[in-house]
Amino acid sequence: MGISIENINLTVDEEVYLKDISLELEPGSTNIFLGRTLSGKTTLLRIMAGLDRPDTGRIIVNGEDVTGVSVRKRNISMVYQQFINYPSFTIYDNIASPLKILGMDKKKIDHKVREVAQMLHLESMLDRLPVELSGGQQQRCAIARALVKDSNLLLLDEPLVNLDYKLREELQIDLQDIFQQRDTIVVYTTTEPGEALKLGGSIVVLDKGRMIQTGVTSQVYHKPATIKVAEVFSDPPINLLNCVVNNKTLSLGDNVSTPLKGHLSSLSPGNYIVGIRSNHLYLTPQNGNDTMLDAIVELAEINGSETFIHMDFEKTKLVVQEVGVYSQKIDSKIKVFLDPANLFIFSESGSLILSPDHLKLEHL
Amino acid sequence: MKKRTVFFIIYMILLMLPIYWMLNMSLRTNADILGSFSLYPKNITFANYMKIFTDSSWYNGYINSIIYVTLNTMISLVAALPAAYAFSRYNFIGDKHLFFWLLTNRMAPAAVFLLPFFQLYSTFGLIDTHIAVAMAHCLFNVPLAVWILEGFMSAVPREIDETAFIDGYKFPRFFLTIFVPLIRSGIGVTAFFCFMFSWVELLLARTLTTTDAKPIAATMTRTVSATGLDWGLLAAAGILTIVPGALVIWFVRNNLAKGFAMGRV
Repeated sequence: MGISIENINLTVDEEVYLKDISLELEPGSTNIFLGRTLSGKTTLLRIMAGLDRPDTGRIIVNGEDVTGVSVRKRNISMVYQQFINYPSFTIYDNIASPLKILGMDKKKIDHKVREVAQMLHLESMLDRLPVELSGGQQQRCAIARALVKDSNLLLLDEPLVNLDYKLREELQIDLQDIFQQRDTIVVYTTTEPGEALKLGGSIVVLDKGRMIQTGVTSQVYHKPATIKVAEVFSDPPINLLNCVVNNKTLSLGDNVSTPLKGHLSSLSPGNYIVGIRSNHLYLTPQNGNDTMLDAIVELAEINGSETFIHMDFEKTKLVVQEVGVYSQKIDSKIKVFLDPANLFIFSESGSLILSPDHLKLEHL
Repeated sequence: MKKRTVFFIIYMILLMLPIYWMLNMSLRTNADILGSFSLYPKNITFANYMKIFTDSSWYNGYINSIIYVTLNTMISLVAALPAAYAFSRYNFIGDKHLFFWLLTNRMAPAAVFLLPFFQLYSTFGLIDTHIAVAMAHCLFNVPLAVWILEGFMSAVPREIDETAFIDGYKFPRFFLTIFVPLIRSGIGVTAFFCFMFSWVELLLARTLTTTDAKPIAATMTRTVSATGLDWGLLAAAGILTIVPGALVIWFVRNNLAKGFAMGRV
């Protein structure tokens, strides 16, 4: 069962929500929609669900045009970013509700509800009401209700964004298994590159209602086609620096230069934009190939067990992501190290020219 | 005693005084009331109450009132529930204007509509029926009900509706089994206000009825006889008129607080 989306456009009050979206979703595939807020992820999801209608374009399921078909007649499930359950039903009834509507017999419903409740660790709270549960449990109930019926299409709209860090990690692992067990088409939207990489599958990178790149998730991460994709697909956004390439060296700013080695050796002279992810900038030398930049600290932001150090390098803003908690004096001088092997090279117009040979996926 | 407590007690006394005085009067005979001043009834008599409960022209007043008030509350709710749902969930051309226009119906004095109602109901032979009064009161109660319910409904996330439709619920089943329980307190508050307005409204109720559907409030205004007003009887009727309202308030008091918190009551 495949779904194809053909030339979807949606404009509301002269604001472009979606522009010319065309997609093919393979049966049983996991698809990640990655984009920042207002990139059109949710809108596209709602159109796929049949909750909203596009201005133009079609949605084809198994060769049948379902664009105008009411959501009730489509076999889909959806999980919202907010924890949406029926407040007056117990958890059991919440999960059972889609099956009851189908008119399934009681024993079969009971079996299925308990099965999915076990999968999401909800067995002990089936008799409670949603308000008596914690946020994470409420969201698991919503996910359970979406999983309990064998829908053709499972839509998850940033389902884990309102959960705390620990719970999110747990559920990410659980969900991966659950998605793999099913032959449903899964569509999962997220703003977080790390989450996208964990879930794998294929990815659609959206920006301002347009698709800017599609492909296998890890491949898109390794080879972002444009600066925009690289920015969306790294958090904090990828650091960008202007550079000049001469015969044998690559110069960053006024005083820093590094020899053209490895994947960079084929670069022809000219002006480029260098991209480097903040987890590949270090405060200490890593190996003999490091290039050192002198920068001035602007802000040190502690995020969980990591520190984001915002700095100024010759009028360019850089962000360094370091594991551990560091405090840095504002306006103090700091040395930053980077390995040229981790550099992305973009043309001045923003398209990818060279990407690192292999990137480690650590610290995401 | 704290200052606050003292003021509270004074305030409560001032509030309760008229009601106490009415209760005091209702337990005395007319001659006693007119003859001597007394802070409490010295010779308690239930004759006034007995008269109301035995004389059909009196107790029918209560029955009539209860019938048309109940009818009105039901009609108002049945009409307002779908209307409020539409206002809270859909956008259509002029929806905000229509919503405001509904409210303006409450701003017009009842007397304005008295003549057209009387003329219209006479034509259709509806004068002196319960349904006539119930429908006339809808003029005030339906807008109020829509207004209150819309507030409660808008507080329910739209995603709940969508989830239900995704699950495959047909609209009526969704509305009755999922949506209505969520706005239960809203419905309680709305029913209370419909009841209250209909119960105390006198002008329309009196004009549109003559004998068969005459409400208690109208009966009370007709006790004047050659011997003057029957104070005791009137006071007893007054006390009995307060009772249903007090009972309804008691039942919806918690919901009422919720309604106030939502800013729609």
